[in-house]
Amino acid sequence: MSTAKFKGRWAPWLFLLPTLIILALFLYYPVIQTFRLSFYRVAFLGLKTKFAGLENYIDLLHDSAYHHTVGVTLVITTAVVLLGLAISLAISMLANQKIHGAQVYRFLLIWPFALSPAVAGVVFLFMFSPGFGAVNYLTSLVTGHELNWLGDPTLAIILVIMASVWKNLGYNIVFYLAALQNLNTEVLEAASIDGANSWKRFWYVTFPLLSPMTFFLLITNITYSFFDIFGLVDILTKGGPQDATNVMIYNLYRDAFEYYKTGLASAQSVILFLLVVVITLIQFRTSGRQVHYGG
Amino acid sequence: MRRKTRDEILTHIALIFIVLLVMAPVLFALAKSTQTRAEVYHFPPKLGFGTAGFFNYKVAWTQFDLGLYMKNTLIVAGIVMFFKTLFSMLAGLALVYYEFPLKEWVFYFILFTLMMPTEIMIVALFNEVSNMAKALSLENSYAVLTVPFLASATGVFLFRQHFSSIPSELADAARVDGAGPLRFLWSILVPISWNAIAALGLIQFIYMWNQYIWPLVIIRENKMQLIQVGLRGLTNQQDTTNWGLVMAAAILAMIPPMVIFLLLQEQFTKGFALGQEK
Repeated sequence: MSTAKFKGRWAPWLFLLPTLIILALFLYYPVIQTFRLSFYRVAFLGLKTKFAGLENYIDLLHDSAYHHTVGVTLVITTAVVLLGLAISLAISMLANQKIHGAQVYRFLLIWPFALSPAVAGVVFLFMFSPGFGAVNYLTSLVTGHELNWLGDPTLAIILVIMASVWKNLGYNIVFYLAALQNLNTEVLEAASIDGANSWKRFWYVTFPLLSPMTFFLLITNITYSFFDIFGLVDILTKGGPQDATNVMIYNLYRDAFEYYKTGLASAQSVILFLLVVVITLIQFRTSGRQVHYGG
Repeated sequence: MRRKTRDEILTHIALIFIVLLVMAPVLFALAKSTQTRAEVYHFPPKLGFGTAGFFNYKVAWTQFDLGLYMKNTLIVAGIVMFFKTLFSMLAGLALVYYEFPLKEWVFYFILFTLMMPTEIMIVALFNEVSNMAKALSLENSYAVLTVPFLASATGVFLFRQHFSSIPSELADAARVDGAGPLRFLWSILVPISWNAIAALGLIQFIYMWNQYIWPLVIIRENKMQLIQVGLRGLTNQQDTTNWGLVMAAAILAMIPPMVIFLLLQEQFTKGFALGQEK
């Protein structure tokens, strides 16, 4: 990319202009505004704002309900990321074998790529509804009594995790399959000649070779369970029961658009933003070089 | 040899089981969407197809505005897909085929936006866009739904990476032939970048089709609402919810992204593989 192919002083700026204007107006400006708003507090039903310094942040720091929200987010994120990656890697390994109809299986496994969080929410809400939901019927056959998936805090968390993992399976499998197909098969063949069994081959050869992809998916899955999960939570549990599934992004939304606490919501945005910056920086620092040795 | 066939059969069994498990929620929704209200609430639950045929679909489409939401979302996703691809290609062209001062700064300016998902700044973006819309009388319009999303770092970097993998002799030849940058883009880069274009288009279409929080907060008129928020509205009627109808709506909402995915699947995986090689 070192040699310029076309000459022109203004041409490159003209080509960049639409992108730069939109990014400045609808990404940079609102981010700066978010920081500004987080130092203000709304009074008199949103008619007046007054400077509040760090008050919003201090309130959040001392608010046990907010601590709970952060805890819920960590639990759900950890579960969604670990389960999601483990399950999709296992499925991708199976689907990557040289068998008849491999293409058909691959396609049947990656279509959930096109699913939306809202659709996942609606379908799971119905399946797990008390009284007539199909899953409840099955669990009552096995355990003898109905499980209240939407009313019990622990079960509601499990439900959100299951729905989120399901919705993201297609995405993860697409990327893992692509990585598996780009793997250097010579190394695997050499390992198999050396007498390594399939588990050893996976654990000492394939898994380390896949680590750049695993790392990429780790980051995208963390962002997924921080933000994209919103629609699913909004339809499935509305943050309940008793705030059991009230993740940070949902809490922020309610503070902003249901209770009109703009300043408090903006302070939460800033906290989330800083989290994202840290995650992204880790990604930038590691994605350039290969995570596995050799390469 | 015999062990090998046994292993293969086991793999088939495992894969069929997994495929069915992954598809189960959608198959369930599909079955329920064809059942009458009585069949839906029957106990024990009926898992087969019902006797309502396409009735739930028809009702969802006409009486519950699904057709309207789908039309709106199709227009919004189409506009964003087209302009984002165009703007990203132009930006990629500038970054790969030109030298200009502050190039590095521009690169980082675009790169940093990767850290700014809509959800994070939803409050400030909402304030900004609703003020702008009020000033321009554009409330509840396609403009407020599309304009903030017409550019993205993902798109720019996809094309930047793709263009830099194209042999530079091509651009030299084009210049010798007297072709300008736009001619070069249109008649050389676009035809050989089809996989990358399809990959970006697919991702953008699905992203826009599945958008939820932005239409939820910015749209106040039902006739401009998008499909995902429309689905939410159907479930909000709580105890009187007609689940057969909701499942029909969910299936309808799944169809367009699924069709696009089917059509572009091959280009998508190829375009992605290209990006991987670096």
